[in-house]
Amino acid sequence: MDPSRRGPRAVIDPIPKFRQVGFFAPPERSQSGPPDPTHSSPQISNSLSPVMIPPARHLSENLLLHAPPAASPLRADSGGGGTSFDSGDFFPAPLSPALPSSSYSSRISGDFFKGNGGKVSASSFPRGGFDLTAMKAAAAPSVVVPASELTTVSVVNDSLGIPEKEKGSRAGGPAVEVKDQPNNSKQKPKTSKAERRALQEAQRAAKAAAKAEGNKASGTAASVNAKPAKAAKPAQKIENAAVAAPEKKGGEIPPEKDRKKDAPQPRMQYDDKSRVEKAKRRAVVKQTEARNRVELFRHLPQYEHGSQLPDLEARFFHLSPVHPAVYKVGLQYLTGDISGANARCIAMLQAFQEAIKDYKVPQEKTLVRDLTAKVSSYVSYLIECRPLSISMGNAIRFLKSRIAKLPLNLSESEAKASLLSDIERFISEKIILANKVIVKHAVTKIRDGDVLLTYGSSSAVEMILLHAHELGRQFRVVVVDSRPKLRGQLLLRRLVEKGLSCSYTHINAVSYIMHEVTRVFLGASSVLSNGTVYSRVGTACIAMVAHAFRVPVIVCCEAYKFHERVQLDSICSNELGDPDVISNVLGREDVHHLDGWANIENLQLLNLIYDATPSDYVSMIVTDYGMVPPTSVPVIVREYGREQPSFLFRNFGYFCLYSPVLEKSANFRLSRKIEPCILIICNNSF
Amino acid sequence: MENRKTSAYYENRAVQFGVVSTEWLAQAQSATVHPAPSPPLPPSHNDADKPFSVIEEFNAWRKHPDLAEAVAAIRALAAVIRSSKATTMMQLEIQLKSASDSLKRWDTTSISLTAACDLFMRYVTRTSALEYEDFNSAKSRLLERAEKFGEISFKARNIITMLSQDFIFNGCTILVHGFSRVVLQILKFAAQNNKLFRVFCTEGRPDRTGLRLSNELAKLDVPVKLVIDSAVAYTMDEVDMVFVGADGVVESGGIINMMGTYQIAMVAKSMNKPVYVAAESYKFARFYPLDQKDLAPALRPVDFGVPIPSKVEVECSARDYTPPQYLTLLFTDLGVLTPSVVSDELIQLYL
Repeated sequence: MDPSRRGPRAVIDPIPKFRQVGFFAPPERSQSGPPDPTHSSPQISNSLSPVMIPPARHLSENLLLHAPPAASPLRADSGGGGTSFDSGDFFPAPLSPALPSSSYSSRISGDFFKGNGGKVSASSFPRGGFDLTAMKAAAAPSVVVPASELTTVSVVNDSLGIPEKEKGSRAGGPAVEVKDQPNNSKQKPKTSKAERRALQEAQRAAKAAAKAEGNKASGTAASVNAKPAKAAKPAQKIENAAVAAPEKKGGEIPPEKDRKKDAPQPRMQYDDKSRVEKAKRRAVVKQTEARNRVELFRHLPQYEHGSQLPDLEARFFHLSPVHPAVYKVGLQYLTGDISGANARCIAMLQAFQEAIKDYKVPQEKTLVRDLTAKVSSYVSYLIECRPLSISMGNAIRFLKSRIAKLPLNLSESEAKASLLSDIERFISEKIILANKVIVKHAVTKIRDGDVLLTYGSSSAVEMILLHAHELGRQFRVVVVDSRPKLRGQLLLRRLVEKGLSCSYTHINAVSYIMHEVTRVFLGASSVLSNGTVYSRVGTACIAMVAHAFRVPVIVCCEAYKFHERVQLDSICSNELGDPDVISNVLGREDVHHLDGWANIENLQLLNLIYDATPSDYVSMIVTDYGMVPPTSVPVIVREYGREQPSFLFRNFGYFCLYSPVLEKSANFRLSRKIEPCILIICNNSF
Repeated sequence: MENRKTSAYYENRAVQFGVVSTEWLAQAQSATVHPAPSPPLPPSHNDADKPFSVIEEFNAWRKHPDLAEAVAAIRALAAVIRSSKATTMMQLEIQLKSASDSLKRWDTTSISLTAACDLFMRYVTRTSALEYEDFNSAKSRLLERAEKFGEISFKARNIITMLSQDFIFNGCTILVHGFSRVVLQILKFAAQNNKLFRVFCTEGRPDRTGLRLSNELAKLDVPVKLVIDSAVAYTMDEVDMVFVGADGVVESGGIINMMGTYQIAMVAKSMNKPVYVAAESYKFARFYPLDQKDLAPALRPVDFGVPIPSKVEVECSARDYTPPQYLTLLFTDLGVLTPSVVSDELIQLYL
């Protein structure tokens, strides 16, 4: 069916493993991953949805009664899903003969990297252009290898590059991986992070050696051989090759384009030093990394704030690969002038519009590929300024799919016009109109005499409150705020100006104020497939307190912000803010206990931006498709999230999930805590 | 005050299934002896001079004790199409729309009526083939669809009956609340198939619909025990499962049903007993109450047997909302669903 689902399978495997941080340990996964249909099949048989199993004690005397019509489609579903999974996933037919079976690790790791190769990934992953030096080196005589390098570097659209990569890397890849295998098994017992890293270095060296040998043997890829000698950093190149190698299996599946789009959005793991190094080299924004990072959040980027801005401002008028409009928006993100998911998304899209207007197709290039690359480079610049919000990610995905789907016979100006109008429509339909619909729905839930609580400053909630006020509803608003951003004050000011009666308090007092509240309205940065609400930090706290007080929690979120990812905690994916702002108190010069905290070795400050609210605490999600329970988010993502749904699983379980979700859940983090949850999800959907 | 108006839906239920006098046995008897017009007989409205009224039509249909409110509404709307003198599709659609709106307005408390009207409009008018045909064939096609929809709705109860049989095992004790035609049919079918089970019927104050149900079950020789509404928790540890019907199934997956369902579901949940809901899919409504007070109040007179001093307020709401977390499964004609799937189905139906 789809080899990229092997990843999740590996996670499901019951073999215990230690907690692992980051992406860089495919060997681990390979340990558990190895193909065990024996393991997987019992799961599948169990998966006959728990829902449908009738009470055990019934007597089967009545033939008539034993074919519940509803049950049959379900069973067929699960059966079908199960079998195809077995055959297709563990042993992709074209692959197994081609590779030695012991090179499983390469395939597994390939999975993870293949995910990264997707279109979105290209944008959000600065690692995309592994090294530009390689590109120069690629001018070598060999035809095959340069091709693969080129695609990796420009990351236009990997679907095109894959077959070449396959050819190029077949020479070395598998052989290397075979060598690794014994190492990996030794690695299994508990190792510290440092140890693992050391081990990896060793592996890399081994790979380099093997690679060289393999190339000599094959003779075709002479350039690869030459490069390590020429360039100063052999290790990187080797890694590049190693990354490319597993990607070949991605190429085995013909309808690549769709699969690529489904590929999980990769995230840079900032505790992976080599990647960070590479990303840095091609970065526009020079960020200095913060010291004293909190242990659990090392995989997230954290920089010294305030250091980059003057540098960037100075270069504003210099020639840069980034369009000025995009450059400006990036600066605004950096300084925090534009914040809020909708505002950031609109600003980005409008900057892209400007950029597209001024765009000219270079000679000997096609618009579709070159523009995609351009957008990708803009996006990676924006990421350097501030990590993307999920809304922006979705908008970029939309734009890229539009670019990719442009008919080839369109002239340049026509293509540009169609893209501009597409972006315009996205803004007006998915954001502005959606907001209006949300307001219309949510207002029906405000009655006279209500006390509404809101947290932070959400544009949707603000519109709802103002509209309800216009309709003449009599209600009171409690604005809860939190340091350090104090964005609630802005909302409060605007509400008070319009004549609403408001109270203002900080989150510390939420348990006190909650008993008089009748409804809680919250905004969201995103709603994930399992109903988890990903929003400004503190939201989860508010929702939990409200739940404890039995106050309904209403989350207002446009459907374009929904994401098919599943996230169970706030650690895996988050954003770190400037720790300095929490160390000092605004307007209190006398409070300076934390001055110079950066020099204190045993002190780490954590300023998280987002948190994840479990769906249990959310009563309702108001979106442009109406008011739905959090359990219906996957339905909306599935039915409306993408232009053409790839393939669907219908079932009666709690979630209707399809494979990208699984990929994602496996990709984002491998921790023991998560495993059982993923297992449940799988059981439901196959 | 408009809110004081009693709910037509619940009045009708009380008339049909309630037992208000002590001679309830006799009354129930008479109700079964005199079946109101049988399904194939539409009420007489063929006299051309009399303006056709969808509400009268609907009222005629709903008198039928075996016919659910929603099916009556569907039949009434089909009659609208039949008697329509419209000459274009657009006119017909407008007529249909206004008829369904007036039906909905006539009784805002009946969720199944509203839902059935909406569903009918969806099911009947959303067909692309309509645009390419001449008016008469399109109209007959609409009628055909309307009939079919009425039929589907009518059959829904049988499907639910079949689906739910697996859940009734020999020797089980079932608690039922209120009078639900679907639940009655499920139990009847199980009894006819020689399942051995015991039923506890709540009394179902104030219209005492539980008495009626116990009467029906006694006729089938099912062991029945009547339980006053306040004894639910007391009897719950003997109970294996709770069966209830629903007036409406809402978007959250919760149900709106006769007063008392919520507390029974809560008691059952706290004792880990499954709560099963039997409801036809035409009762699915695109409506999302957040709490009890979010519902439009459906009032009905409560008879306490003694005069109540005017200073004493009486809670006379007829229904409550049971949130999805207290329900185990819903038996519908779409299959056996968990509460969370209701919203999925609704999204697919309406969007």
